[in-house]
Amino acid sequence: MTRSSHQLWHFHGGLKLDSHKSMSTGSPIVKAKLPAKLTLPVQQHIGEAGQLRVKVGDKVLKGQIIAECPEYVSAPVHAPSSGTIIDINELPAPHPSGLNTLCVVLETDGEDKWIEHQPNKHPNTKSPAELRQLIRKAGIVGLGGAAFPTAVKVNATNANTANHAHIETLIINGAECEPYISCDDMLMREFAEELISGCSIIQYIVSATHCLIAIEDNKPHAIAALKDVLKEQNLHTIEVVTIPTIYPTGGEKQLIKVLTHKEVPSDGLPSDIGLLVQNVGTAVAVHNAIILGEPLISRIVTITGEGVKQPQNMDVLIGTPLSELIEQSGGYHADASKLIMGGPMMGFTLQTDNVPVIKGCNCLLVENTPPEIPATMPCIRCGDCASVCPAQLLPQQLFWMASSKNFDLVQDYHLFDCIECGCCSQVCPSQIPLVQYYRFAKTEIWNQERERIKSDHARNRHNFRQARLDKEKQERAEKLRKKKELLEKKKQAEAAAKASGSGSEVDPKKAAIEAAMKRVQEKKAAQRAENKKPTDTAAANSAASDEKNDEK
Amino acid sequence: MSILIAVITLAAISILFGILLGYSSIKFHVEGDPVVDKIDAILPQTQCGQCTYPGCRPYAEAIISGEANINQCPPGGEVTMLALSDLLGVEPMALDEEHASEPEKTVVYIDEQTCIGCTLCIQACPVDAILGAAKQMHTIIESECTGCDLCIPPCPVDCIYIRSVKVEPDTWRWSLPEATQTAPKA
Repeated sequence: MTRSSHQLWHFHGGLKLDSHKSMSTGSPIVKAKLPAKLTLPVQQHIGEAGQLRVKVGDKVLKGQIIAECPEYVSAPVHAPSSGTIIDINELPAPHPSGLNTLCVVLETDGEDKWIEHQPNKHPNTKSPAELRQLIRKAGIVGLGGAAFPTAVKVNATNANTANHAHIETLIINGAECEPYISCDDMLMREFAEELISGCSIIQYIVSATHCLIAIEDNKPHAIAALKDVLKEQNLHTIEVVTIPTIYPTGGEKQLIKVLTHKEVPSDGLPSDIGLLVQNVGTAVAVHNAIILGEPLISRIVTITGEGVKQPQNMDVLIGTPLSELIEQSGGYHADASKLIMGGPMMGFTLQTDNVPVIKGCNCLLVENTPPEIPATMPCIRCGDCASVCPAQLLPQQLFWMASSKNFDLVQDYHLFDCIECGCCSQVCPSQIPLVQYYRFAKTEIWNQERERIKSDHARNRHNFRQARLDKEKQERAEKLRKKKELLEKKKQAEAAAKASGSGSEVDPKKAAIEAAMKRVQEKKAAQRAENKKPTDTAAANSAASDEKNDEK
Repeated sequence: MSILIAVITLAAISILFGILLGYSSIKFHVEGDPVVDKIDAILPQTQCGQCTYPGCRPYAEAIISGEANINQCPPGGEVTMLALSDLLGVEPMALDEEHASEPEKTVVYIDEQTCIGCTLCIQACPVDAILGAAKQMHTIIESECTGCDLCIPPCPVDCIYIRSVKVEPDTWRWSLPEATQTAPKA
């Protein structure tokens, strides 16, 4: 129907899945109630964890920085509401591991009082670098799920190669290909103007000549809403492109292939071929950060699935416990059996609903009792997995290699190009959980890499210590040698002196003693002479006078 | 006559090659055995001596000289043994003794209340991961500790304890799904 004039292509493989989206798109986005407690993990993004800027007992305002970003690839975390910090501790966070991470617990005071913030009505008066800085300070990360810091992504200068890539086209990803999830759909319907504004800002930052908003053809309302806004504002550089609904079109590389027929290099980035892809939610967050001056403190989350009573989309503060969202969506059905963060294809199972919403959380899926899944059977080498793989890998080969822990070979078969979309597992007639094998292999390889770095470090330290000990030993030996030499010299001198005592030379000691004795003797002689002197002079005087008298 | 020519020619050739070989053995001389470096790169560098050699490099040298087997490194576990068998082209062998396929990563810590500052552990540490001075409290620099446990026996007051390394979400690993089949021969 709304077939765009834009030429489209196909990526390899993919699947047509039942969308189940209408379940949660029946009602408008509901603002979630302000929870009593907000739990904020300091790391919600890819990159370095934030450094805490608050301590227990601090009063914070809405939008105040809780954790600051220390590194380039990092994002700060802000207080989603005003209140008091009551705890900083290791708490459960949404992660497939179910492990605890460092979280800040904020007790809300109900006032929801904003910190002073600076709106910018005219972003075009600022330089792209200034705008990037604002995005960075607002803590925006990719809201599609990967949570990669947006400020890094919109910097077209590749940090690794320092090459300045020219971004020709900005692609805004509104495909939302995974079943059940509808948060992007609802966002596009209700925040169309904000989205277009965000697109313009990003377009200005990366100086892209045009912008494509890609939306799957199962979202006619969103497409219409955006087209209306574009018509109203008479914007020609932004185009809405309707794309066919095939899973996983929403994958960055797949979407690029569909829109441009270009392929992103295996270990490259879209910027290498002059493209930048951003999620629709991210674009709205950029609008909020720049135009309103508000950091990223909330997001739209889809609460859906057969196991929840009122599936809906909610505008949720980051840090809100999932249990409260479920409660506000009517609670669980009696047969609810599994809680998934993300979609049914790429999401991960949560052990508990006592975890907070984080920046990358787009959907909360509650499944009811699943139909009996037959047990995993041996691989029959049918090749269905290879025919659906959107990354054009050989899932079967990867599976054998991963299960036999052949981690070198699995990398030669480009394991790291796998986007874990789950198409292969979906079509596998033997019900093999293929993606789990790839995840296993990936984390094992990362672990080996860490171990290697650690052992290299230990080797250096050990060698250094060895060298230091050797040096110390040498120095000690040198000292000892010098001392011995001195002693030897002394001995030689003595021996020589002894030899001279019987010969011509005089022993200095003896000579000194003799000299001293001589001096003493002389002194004594002098003293004796002094005692005699007076009488001598008298005699001499008398003798002299006698002589004088004689002359007279 | 022709015999003489043949002998002279062969002698000339052999002298030529002799000179060439002699020259290249000096010119392209490699210090030490490069394979030792390769083995050393695979070993975990805990320098723990559990292989009965005084460190990772001596063990690597012992493997090359045929003195030691490739299955004597408990901290490296099965992964290291397999990597060594791959590198050296020898059959993989079962790990020595009862060591688990994957050893748990540990570090040690010093109970600073009990430490008397004797410096014995500092002298034992192969990677200089202990900080302290005579009659001063000692402490372990955790990021540098390889978990070799060599500092534990010399401690006269038994104030050094083993602690397993905490798994963070960053270092957490997916487990291998329970397989119901084995890989066929390629």
